[in-house]
Amino acid sequence: MTATGGAEVVEDRLPDSGAGGVASRVPGRPLQEVVFPTRLQYSAVVAGYRDSGYETCSDLCGVDYLTFAHRTVPEGVVPERFEVVVNLLSLSQARRVRIRVQVPESDASLDSLFDLYPGTEAMERETYDLFGIVFDGHPDMTRILMPEDWEGHPLRKDYGVGRVPVQFKGAPGPR
Amino acid sequence: MSDVTSTSPAAGGEAPDAHPDTPLEPPLSGHDYLEDGPFVEPQGLVAETSEGPQELTRRSATDASQLRREVGAVLRLPEGVAVDPSDIDIEQTDDETMIINMGPQHPSTHGVLRLMLELDGETVLRTKPVIGYLHTGMEKTAEELTYVQGSTNVTRMDYLAPLHNELVLSLAVEALLGVEMPPRADWIRMLMVELNRVSSHLMWMATNGMDLGSTSMMIYGFREREMVLAFFEKTTGLRMNHNFIRPGGTAADLPDGWEDDVTVICDTVLSRTEEYDELLTGQPLFRQRSEGIGTLSAEEALALSLTGPVLRSTGVPWDLRRSMPYLRYDEVDFDVIVGTYGDNFDRYSIRLNEIRESVRIIRQIVEKMPAGDYRVQDKKVTPPPRGRIDESMEALIHHFKVFTEGFKVPEGEVYVAVESPRGELGCYLVADGSPKAYRMHIRGPSFVNLQGLPLMMRGGLLADAVAVCSTIDPVMGEVDR
Repeated sequence: MTATGGAEVVEDRLPDSGAGGVASRVPGRPLQEVVFPTRLQYSAVVAGYRDSGYETCSDLCGVDYLTFAHRTVPEGVVPERFEVVVNLLSLSQARRVRIRVQVPESDASLDSLFDLYPGTEAMERETYDLFGIVFDGHPDMTRILMPEDWEGHPLRKDYGVGRVPVQFKGAPGPR
Repeated sequence: MSDVTSTSPAAGGEAPDAHPDTPLEPPLSGHDYLEDGPFVEPQGLVAETSEGPQELTRRSATDASQLRREVGAVLRLPEGVAVDPSDIDIEQTDDETMIINMGPQHPSTHGVLRLMLELDGETVLRTKPVIGYLHTGMEKTAEELTYVQGSTNVTRMDYLAPLHNELVLSLAVEALLGVEMPPRADWIRMLMVELNRVSSHLMWMATNGMDLGSTSMMIYGFREREMVLAFFEKTTGLRMNHNFIRPGGTAADLPDGWEDDVTVICDTVLSRTEEYDELLTGQPLFRQRSEGIGTLSAEEALALSLTGPVLRSTGVPWDLRRSMPYLRYDEVDFDVIVGTYGDNFDRYSIRLNEIRESVRIIRQIVEKMPAGDYRVQDKKVTPPPRGRIDESMEALIHHFKVFTEGFKVPEGEVYVAVESPRGELGCYLVADGSPKAYRMHIRGPSFVNLQGLPLMMRGGLLADAVAVCSTIDPVMGEVDR
């Protein structure tokens, strides 16, 4: 169950494009191997993992760090508003790796992993639907959970949760 | 149900408004599709249910690369395994095929799954699941709830395996908190999730039986599941949506005499599985309808990120309980059931035998259940015992604090996965140091497994489409969240 190697093994796989890719492990927790490639390195890093035995992509999701911009990221990583988190799984080594890519608000787009892992198709559509992050090269970039004519991307932090009017006028809203 | 989109001249003539005969322009790709796609605004009755570009497009409006993707030719597979691109008849005209909707209101789609099927006579050519009809924004809701309240939210996602949802959230929160569970809490959790696996698989046996026309199986499956649910009610107070497994342990200890109840459930379920064998496994009609139907290869399953019984049916012995053990699964003996052909029958026998393996695990849990606390004695996370509230002001304040404000979870992010009856159920949790989750993402196994559907259905018969869909065992509450 324990992931061996850790930071240094991961670092070797980062292609040297000079864009500041960082590898780190959350201390004290096995299996939580995290890599922070830049947007430019992203596809190449994932391809590298795929070739080194990570057979399947178990999860892909987005996070909107609008109200939590001061989060801890390793040195060299420029935090951006959005983050796309990819979980790769190696069945042969019983090992996971998590890839966190920073995606700026001004250009919310990222390479699609569809060519590497066709199983990310629905997950990328979900991330597009709920966060508005566009995946370049995705074959069917449409909404998946929300109706087609929906306005906005609900999981963004500046998208209100909505509320039912209550009798207590002074009651604060949820956010 | 709502509309039958046929491109044959006869049917098209009935509703000329809805489907104008003007040819739609092909190549569509990427999100350009959204901006100025050639999608024709539907009218009349069709408009009320239309999902726009999410739907399966007509063959004439589909370009070659999209067509190949939809029939699975893009999976990077070794030569000879993948669909041969030249085998796909791109030139086939719309006149020969018909697109029909199955669902969202169809008894065999297990909820509100809508399948758009392109048919050539009885043969399914392309399939596209259209989902989202049950989307209630539960991941958004989770950001408004404290960690204490969180498990009431996730338990409603996969409503056939609610305890697994609670478990995965609790494990994620505990990983961030860094608290160690007392052994009894782990074993109680294991007992509950294994019973839940039994009830979920029994429910699947029931619905799958019904989909194949065996209505007796439906009654039997529900009958046995009822026993498990009765035990859940006795233990947690509810038959579903228990909120029993919480961050920090479980809500309560097991009731007195639980060993007897569980033993009765084990004995009965085990003897009933023999009856299912007689009713279905050896039955020629059932075998004809399930053997060799909806086949999938291991490479395809891995490429499409499929997990659970669907992946194991292709011969990949991947079970998180065995490969990446959580709770105390490394202390019990059980077998990981795998199939060979990846067909419906394999998926059926895997689930049937997983019931037996779960019973085996449950019997070991009954033997090994340690004494001790059922929740962690950490003042930060755990409310004081009920009895203390009556005598101590501090305990009352503490209790009040835990349930109104919740406890704070240190900043961090974590991904935890458990093996739910449907596959890998993951929880990605981001904490910002407040009592509410900053982001909670659930990786739903049925959501991902539905991606295998177009491939499994291709070239099969419409009548088998119902059975193939059933063996994926999608729970729409979790697909749409």
